[in-house]
Amino acid sequence: MLYAILCYHREDVVCGWSAEDDDAVMRRLAAVQEEIARTGRLGPVARLMPTTAATTLRKDRDPPLVVDGPFAETKEQLLGFYIVACASLDEALDTARKLAAANPGGAYELRPVALYRPSGLPA
Amino acid sequence: MNDVAWLDAALIGARPQAVAALLRYFRDLDTAEEAFQEACLRALRHWPVNGPPRDPAAWLILVGRNAAVDAVRRRTKHEPLPPDELLSDLEDSEAALVERLDSDDYRDDILRLLFVCCHPDLPPTQQIALALRIVSGLTVPQIARAFLVSEAALEQRITRAKARVAKAGVPFEAPGAPERAKRVAAVAATIYLLFNEGYSATGETGELRSQLCAEAIRLARLLLRLFPTEPEIMGLTALLLVQHARAAARLDAAGEIVLLEDQDRSRWNRAMIDEGLALLDKALRHAQPGPYQVQAAIAALHARAARSEDTDWTQIELLYAALEALQPSPVVTLNRAVATWKLRGAAAALELIEPLAPRLSAYFHFHGVRGALLAQLERHEEAREAFNRAIALANGPAEAAHIRARLDQLGRGSGS
Repeated sequence: MLYAILCYHREDVVCGWSAEDDDAVMRRLAAVQEEIARTGRLGPVARLMPTTAATTLRKDRDPPLVVDGPFAETKEQLLGFYIVACASLDEALDTARKLAAANPGGAYELRPVALYRPSGLPA
Repeated sequence: MNDVAWLDAALIGARPQAVAALLRYFRDLDTAEEAFQEACLRALRHWPVNGPPRDPAAWLILVGRNAAVDAVRRRTKHEPLPPDELLSDLEDSEAALVERLDSDDYRDDILRLLFVCCHPDLPPTQQIALALRIVSGLTVPQIARAFLVSEAALEQRITRAKARVAKAGVPFEAPGAPERAKRVAAVAATIYLLFNEGYSATGETGELRSQLCAEAIRLARLLLRLFPTEPEIMGLTALLLVQHARAAARLDAAGEIVLLEDQDRSRWNRAMIDEGLALLDKALRHAQPGPYQVQAAIAALHARAARSEDTDWTQIELLYAALEALQPSPVVTLNRAVATWKLRGAAAALELIEPLAPRLSAYFHFHGVRGALLAQLERHEEAREAFNRAIALANGPAEAAHIRARLDQLGRGSGS
């Protein structure tokens, strides 16, 4: 089964990292990702820009309404996600724990994927 | 990095947060500044010996607060607090303070501080000068340079602003939503000037001061989260991101300035440019043009050109003309002249900038551009004179070295 690991953290904290801090976190995460990739379980990985760059299309009306900012104003924001193949929730939790050790703070939401359509989209 | 450079970087980096928190505690600008300075002195004594604290800002706030409280007690002849050298629980207190700094209460202390400095009782020039002095800790000469005014005039401006804030009994609480909206323009201008001060710095200090640019970007994003539908704040944030994206390419290995057209564009930070372009797209959707959006659009045109020769100078000239209409300034005209130069040659550009001479006679870039135009028109004597005036007005060795290189080329070109 595929799991989405959705990464939530306070973006004011993450945006407050110095370039060196940020690089260090990304290096540690890259090492964990490489480890998962070696087992052939790593799907797409994405880091999202700050929510200030977000635009929301409210489609509960016609025509849809375009508003600035993220869908929800929350204390912690969705800042990125991984798609990982996991045999069980335990394996997904194990993977998330490894990522968490490389980048403490915030939370991961583990969400099983219902439909997955990989594309050849270049990075 | 040697000890002193490391300490400087840490103190500059921690200053906005520390002064903001101290101001919240003491509710008096001078006391907060003095407390911060005292904390810095103690940091210079302790950090090289004991190593840097986990969170420099938290350390400075705690020690600054203790020092100021101690000073007040001494004045009122009460028992002094134990000296901070003897505080055995400094580690614990620091941890507790870090906890509080992370809380929502402290999240936008710096922004609150900016809003206080941008109080409507103060004229805009005083708001910005005060905010730059208090929030960023820039020295009076640095701020004077940003404003194109004398140091004495600037000093007076800051003194007056402080007196006025004290007299008006400015509330040290974040203002409510309607009041905030009124002050947002002044806050944006302050963030912009803070960025410029970091951007124009070069050499070793430039490396340290690029923290000012990062801080300005952080503040701009914070401001945009408070005003998520304000196109000018999107424009401001976009502008800062696209400009800062070029930081690594702006100086060569020897610390010499590399002109935009000669920069290695593969060294531009693509993630920052992309974020800037995304914000600019969002802003343009509102169809409410403003100076920051226009400047961001100009920066975006440079960022979108894969090679210098791909630059869309026609659009850039039009955008500078639009900026002149929105916000007339001789510096904007000077920038438009550079686009005119690319499109219609040096003579047309020179004609455009000659009338600016009385107002820009003390401006480094005016003489630099004028010298380059004259050199291309082979008016070598006048070019040499212009370059020499530019060197006299240079802000730091990198700018001076850049103009000296142009002078050398002039010597070779004219065969003299």
